[in-house]
Amino acid sequence: MSQTATDPRHLRTPPKRQIRLTWADERVRAIVWQVLIVGAVIGVIWWLVRNTQHNLEVRRIATGFGFLNREAGLPIGEHLIEYTPASTYLRALTVGVLNTLKVAVVGIVLATTLGTVIGIARLSKNWLLSKIAAVYVELIRDVPLLLQLLFWYTILQGLPGPRQALNPVAGVFLSNRGLKLPFLDWQVAHSWALLAFVAGCFATWLYAKAMRRKQMQDGRPRPIWPAALGLLVGLPLVVWSLGGAPTAIDWPELRGFNFRGGMTISPEYFALLIGLTTYTAGFIAEIVRAGILAVPHGQWEAAQALGLRSSTVLRQIVLPQALRVIVPPMTSQYLNLTKNSSLAVAIGYQDIVSIANTTLNQTGQAIEGIAIIMAVYLTISLSISFFMNWYNSRIALVER
Amino acid sequence: MSDIPLNTSVAGVPEAAPRQPPALTTGPIAWFRANLFSSWLNTAVTLVLAYFIVRYAISFVDWAFINAIWSVDNNQTQACRALKNSATPGACWAVITEKHRFILFGTYPYEEHWRPALVCLLFTALYVVSAMRRFWRWELAVVWAVTLTAIGILMWGGVFGLSYVPQERWGGLPITLILATFGLAFAFPLAILVALGRRSSMPAIRVLCIAYVELIRGVPLISLLFMASVMFPLFLPEGLNIDKLLRAQVAVILFAGAYLAEVVRGGLQALPKGQYEAAEALGLSYWQKTGFIILPQALRLVIPPLVNTFIGFFKDTSLVLIIGIFDLLTAGKTAIVEPAWQGFGVEVYIAISVIYFIYCFAMSRYSQNLEAELNRHRNR
Amino acid sequence: MTMQPLRRTTFGLLGAVAITALGALPAAAQAPAAGGASILDAIKARGTLVCGVNTGLAGFAQPDSQGVWRGFDVEYCRAISAAIFGDPNKVRYVPTTAQSRFTALQSGEVDVLARNTTWTLSRDTSLGLDFGGVNFYDGQGFMVKTSTGVKTAKELNGATICVQPGTTTEQNLTDWARANNVQFTPVVIERLEELVSAYASGRCDAYTTDVSGLAATRSSQPNPAEHTILPDVISKEPLGPLLRHGDQRFADLVRWVHYALVAAEEFGITQANVAQMAANDTRPEVQRMLGKNGGLGQMLGVPNEWAVNVIRATGNYGEIFARHLQPIGIQRGPNALWTTPGGQQYAMPFR
Repeated sequence: MSQTATDPRHLRTPPKRQIRLTWADERVRAIVWQVLIVGAVIGVIWWLVRNTQHNLEVRRIATGFGFLNREAGLPIGEHLIEYTPASTYLRALTVGVLNTLKVAVVGIVLATTLGTVIGIARLSKNWLLSKIAAVYVELIRDVPLLLQLLFWYTILQGLPGPRQALNPVAGVFLSNRGLKLPFLDWQVAHSWALLAFVAGCFATWLYAKAMRRKQMQDGRPRPIWPAALGLLVGLPLVVWSLGGAPTAIDWPELRGFNFRGGMTISPEYFALLIGLTTYTAGFIAEIVRAGILAVPHGQWEAAQALGLRSSTVLRQIVLPQALRVIVPPMTSQYLNLTKNSSLAVAIGYQDIVSIANTTLNQTGQAIEGIAIIMAVYLTISLSISFFMNWYNSRIALVER
Repeated sequence: MSDIPLNTSVAGVPEAAPRQPPALTTGPIAWFRANLFSSWLNTAVTLVLAYFIVRYAISFVDWAFINAIWSVDNNQTQACRALKNSATPGACWAVITEKHRFILFGTYPYEEHWRPALVCLLFTALYVVSAMRRFWRWELAVVWAVTLTAIGILMWGGVFGLSYVPQERWGGLPITLILATFGLAFAFPLAILVALGRRSSMPAIRVLCIAYVELIRGVPLISLLFMASVMFPLFLPEGLNIDKLLRAQVAVILFAGAYLAEVVRGGLQALPKGQYEAAEALGLSYWQKTGFIILPQALRLVIPPLVNTFIGFFKDTSLVLIIGIFDLLTAGKTAIVEPAWQGFGVEVYIAISVIYFIYCFAMSRYSQNLEAELNRHRNR
Repeated sequence: MTMQPLRRTTFGLLGAVAITALGALPAAAQAPAAGGASILDAIKARGTLVCGVNTGLAGFAQPDSQGVWRGFDVEYCRAISAAIFGDPNKVRYVPTTAQSRFTALQSGEVDVLARNTTWTLSRDTSLGLDFGGVNFYDGQGFMVKTSTGVKTAKELNGATICVQPGTTTEQNLTDWARANNVQFTPVVIERLEELVSAYASGRCDAYTTDVSGLAATRSSQPNPAEHTILPDVISKEPLGPLLRHGDQRFADLVRWVHYALVAAEEFGITQANVAQMAANDTRPEVQRMLGKNGGLGQMLGVPNEWAVNVIRATGNYGEIFARHLQPIGIQRGPNALWTTPGGQQYAMPFR
């Protein structure tokens, strides 16, 4: 909407004139054009809907979302919430959405980290390092993601079977069944400790804000870390001890066909995660590099001349300015990563597209299936956009 | 800088005689020192990286060239399989030797393969000619029209003594090039209209354009392709139906249109207000103003991001794999369905990657150079 | 100064695009006519049969290195084409995926779907489709690595099982697992070659699909003896060519092309001797089938020598089977003629 406000045609306030019903009147023309175009669009949509209704009737395809409450009967390998083939389609689709979010969120975090490292490596004074980073970026960006995913999945399948699993550290097994890690035997106390940690994060943030305000008043910096340590580590520890301090760890072990116990990262998820991370990191690296290069060198020099430490220069002077350049394109990379996670369907990770796809295949209700896929992605995309726009406006340059 | 003479004497370079004080700020040795060994940390990084590069490069060369099998007779792939599981594994390029024509041209009649081959060359030549600024004239439009017509004639045939080849038999690289090129060619005018509509003063049109752009950009291409493949036939009246490639093409156009519209809008926004005001002051109508003043300048600004978006589509056309259209990637995957050739996916994927890489790399290099060239007036 | 050429460029590009748009319109109009009263008449008018096949399944439908479609299902397309036109090559093959196959058929994009589709009640009725006989009796089974020592499917409790999503296979598997209290972890991959490579690499303990598919996969492995197909068959999978409602005459033709292929094997008519049989055989039913008398072809709406054309093009059912399915390790089993024990392939009388 902001662009319309800056549009020069809106800056003039047109003089009040009476509308004359002639073609020469600009406003009449505008109204006629709009009515015509909107009418045409509605007409086309009406035509399509009528065709669709007719076709659905002729082909006796059921409509509506009633199937959501029917038994799905489709097996799902990875689910964050309880799921059996006897569950409903609604639950199956919810599992799919959660799986999509699982890969998107972790992918975004990893891609940002890797991308930043590579972007900085490209600016390194070490020729070899910067060249390797450059070659990486070119290679990754010029090959289709789908091809890369298939490639990674093929590579992961080449790992040994569960009986000959690689065992680099005790309790960690890497095989073609995925990565097996020991994991806490989850108790109620762990949930409480996690909750305490989240509360600690929030409290730390409030504390840091209050200290910053005080610093603004008298100019003396105050250390935040002692309180932060207490809130972030101490508080969860105390809560955990109060809960009986359970320490049982669930170790993976080979039983029957597969490993039992512990935490599993399946090859499908792993391949998708590696593919999405490395691919998006190639783009993020370029964004980070451009962002850092966009900060004029004079800023570094001026800050150093003021006697600031180089870590302070980076944190307080360079990064805030670079972020302004970095955040908008980064938003679209996050959106791309989320949308690209739909390629999971090619390598058998059961995300929302894969499950909705199977659903529409079993029920024959293509329109509903695709509508669900689109609605889910639109919701995710809009949420990311809103969050990043809010963040962007926070760090934006406040002019005049 | 005091350690420079010390280091060079260690390296035993004769030029570093004590009589040459500001030794070596140029030349290979100095370059090495400045770029690879400037500090102990840098040296460590260099050495570690060099070790890994050498190690993996050697095993890759072993696998890809030294131990590789380049061809086998009569689909007898036992040697390849033995090699794959041996202590010194090697690539089985025989799969490419045997299947390269299928991967490149799909199910196109075998004896007519020169036609799709020529089509690929024509497309490539078209890209090259369009990329050269000295050909940026209206005659280029004629060249495009003639080339695309020639491509249509070559692919379909049925005239000039060429046999007719139905669209179902097309496949491989030409499909990838057709989807990408036609996708851009049709999406571009659509994008211009939508970008103008999004900045229009008419609220209804603005809302329509915003809804279109945000809706398309909010969903993955796959969902549009699914829509084209399973939903689109339901939209049409009975009896009328459009073939699968064309439906996928429409999905690609709609998708590309939304993204290009945002690129064009970026160009429109970057123009100084004075240009709009000056044009209005001259009394030009909306279309005169847009056509003669605004668009020529705005489009010039967005050529580099346009090329980058095109690279994106070029890669994204590989997604038609999921709806079963025989593009380059699908053809490659189908080539390894035959029992004798199952299990040589890595070789096929590498070969296909090389083709995609050549096209995308050339385009991305071109866009970088063009950007530098167009921005030259700014670097005073 | 730079404005002039740039403006011309813009309009040049727009012009090019407009011309291209006009040029491509005929492409849109190329769409095959569908629906309407008679599919058979539409095929005759068009001069080609449009046949939906798999995107690539060894033995059934798969393009060879020269891009020519080959396989069991493909032979049925060729046979129908030969019956209508006397020429087996007037076929356009449209590769279809598991999702798009029914839409393609319903919308008229293809005339017939020869693509291992299981005959089920809901497909026959609510999807508005018709089955043109059963050309392949199949059932769902499991394949495991011999080294696991598994002897029956019930021992698969706790196993990871590879399965293709969105097919009856997937639903059969869950039904069976629930009925037998078997817990399993699924690995579902849409593309078949990807799924098979997942099983072969050991990602899954077992691979489930139709037994014919298992046999084909097994024979294509470097060492087939390392894989065992379990004796349990958990479902019935009658596969056949699929048509849409609307033209019973075309459905009749497809059905009788299949019966002709089966009957030809029964009567000992082969690709090699069909011309001679048509001329000399004295059995009345053979004479009727091969068009010497009775006018059966006319009743079907095709030339009387239709069956001769079919058999000359593809051979009889047994020959097709031997050409495409036996090399990949599929035995006749239930698909043997009804005259052999256990065989179920049975042709209706040509009268």
